Amino acid sequence: MAKTFAEINAKIKKGEAVVLTAEEVVRMADEQGLKAMAEKVDVVTTATFGPMCSSGAFVNFGHSDPPIKMAKVWLNQVPAYTGIAAVDAYIGATELAEGREDYGGAHVIEELVAGGKIRLKAVAQGTDCYPRKELEGYISKESINEAFLFNPRNAYQNYVAATNSTNRILYTYMGMLLPKFGNVTYSTSGQLSPLLNDPYLRTIGVGTRIFLGGTQGYVAWHGTQHNPGKARGENGVPVGGAGTLSLIGDLKAMTTEYLKAAVFKNYGVSMFVGVGIPIPMLDEDMARFVTVRDREIKTTLLDYGVPGRSRPTLKVVDYEELKSGFVELNGRKVRTAPLSSIFKARRIAVTLKEWIERGEFLLQEPAAPLPADATVKPLDVKELD
Amino acid sequence: MVKERFTFVFSPDTYAKPVTYHLVKDFDLRINILRAEITPGEEGHLLAEIEGEEDNLCRALEFLAAESIEVIPTTKQVTVRQEECVHCGACTAVCFSGAMAMNREEWKMEFRPEKCIVCGLCIEACPLRIISVGFGGGKT
Repeated sequence: MAKTFAEINAKIKKGEAVVLTAEEVVRMADEQGLKAMAEKVDVVTTATFGPMCSSGAFVNFGHSDPPIKMAKVWLNQVPAYTGIAAVDAYIGATELAEGREDYGGAHVIEELVAGGKIRLKAVAQGTDCYPRKELEGYISKESINEAFLFNPRNAYQNYVAATNSTNRILYTYMGMLLPKFGNVTYSTSGQLSPLLNDPYLRTIGVGTRIFLGGTQGYVAWHGTQHNPGKARGENGVPVGGAGTLSLIGDLKAMTTEYLKAAVFKNYGVSMFVGVGIPIPMLDEDMARFVTVRDREIKTTLLDYGVPGRSRPTLKVVDYEELKSGFVELNGRKVRTAPLSSIFKARRIAVTLKEWIERGEFLLQEPAAPLPADATVKPLDVKELD
Repeated sequence: MVKERFTFVFSPDTYAKPVTYHLVKDFDLRINILRAEITPGEEGHLLAEIEGEEDNLCRALEFLAAESIEVIPTTKQVTVRQEECVHCGACTAVCFSGAMAMNREEWKMEFRPEKCIVCGLCIEACPLRIISVGFGGGKT
C-alpha cells in the first residue's frame, strides 16, 4: 500500500485526497482497523497552539531620505536587533519594552499583523553613505518591505509537565505553579501535536510546507536544542522534550487569530504560535505513528521548585492522565491545567484539512532530512583566567 | 431557598456595624464568609455566600442599603473578555473555586461567575490579560 508524496499530491490536485485530523484518524482506526484506515487515508493533519518563546520576525523598513544605517532600533519602545544591513531588523518575541514588564516584541508583532501603526525610532552614527543620525515616526505592515516570521525553535516534540514543591507561588513560563504541589501544568496538544505523530521525523524536514500563523509557511531547519536522542517509549515517542523545528513564513499574510502575544507574570513575554503540519500516510508504519493516543504519550513531571538545571523527575505521566484534570502525586489528587490551547489546535488541524481538500495546499517532500543524531549540550563555560 | 455571593463594601462610617449578626438574627440567613479585608478608618470589603429564603434575602438587601452598605453581586465583579480568549487554560491552573474550568469535550475555558471568590489569581495567570476583577474598588 506504499504511497509517495507525488501520488498523494496528484490526488490532492484532483480533489480526491482523503484527509483526516490526527484525532479523527484514531477514531477511524478504532472502527475500521489500522490496515483499512491506512489504505483509505492519504493525509493526517496535526496542530499545536502554545506559547513559543523562540519566535520573532525579520523586517525591512525601506530607506528614508536622507538614508540611515540604523544602529539601534525601537518598535513601540521595544528594542529590535539591527546588527545586520542598514534598515533590516529582527524583533524578538520576548524582548521587553523599556521600563515595562507586560509589553514586548510579541505584542509588536501582533499589532503589526493586525495592521496597526507601530512607532519606529532609530539612531545611527551617520556615515558618508548613510548620513542621517535619527529617525522617528510610524510604520505599518503596508508601509514596510518584507516582514517574515522566523522562529528558531517551535513545535517542541513533547515537553515536561511542571509542579512546585516550595512554600511560595512560582511564576514561570509554565504558568503560575501553586505552593506544595498545588497544581500541575503541561503544554502540548498531545495526540494532535505535530512531532508526536511522526516521532522519527520521517516525513518532516527542511522545506516541509506547513500552516504557520494562519498562512502557509515552511520548515526552515531543525530547531535549536533539537534532541532526537531523547529516551523513547516502545512506540518511538520521546518521553519529554526532543525534536524541534525552525519555522519561517510571511508575517504579512498571518492573522492574529493564530499569533498572539502572551504575558507570564514575573517571567516575561512570549507568543502563542499556531502551527499545523500535514503528515502523509506513506505506509503502515506511518499509520501506526499517526494513530498515537494520549495514553501512549508520556512525559516527565518535574519539580520547578528546584532552581537547578537538572530538576528531579517526580513521576512519569501520560497525556490521558494530564488531560483528565487530575494526576495522582504523593497519594494526592493534584489538579492539572494546559497552557497550550487544544481548542485552537483543533481549529488549525481542521483548517489545514480544508486547505488540502480544496487543493489549495500541496504536500512538499523535504529537501533534506533533519538530523537524527543531534544532542543538546549544557552550558559549562571555561572559567576566566 | 436561594444562594448567592455578594461583596459588601463598608465605608469608614459603617465598618463598625455588626452586619453579619443582623443578617443571621433578623433575616434567618446562612452566611459563609469567603474573604474579608477590613481596615478601620478605610474602606472595607467582605465577600460572603448567603443562603436563605428569597423574601428574607430581599429584605436583608434593603436593610443593608438603608445602613449605607454597598452590596455588589460577585457575578458583576469579574469580567473576562471571552471573545478574546484563546482557551489556553492557564487561568484554570490557579482557580481553586472552579469558576474558571476547562470543558474537556470542546477544550474551551468556561467561566462560572457564581463560583468565583474574587481571589484575583486568574488576573495574574492570564497570558492575554483579558480578566479583570474588582474587589470593591481594589484590583482591576
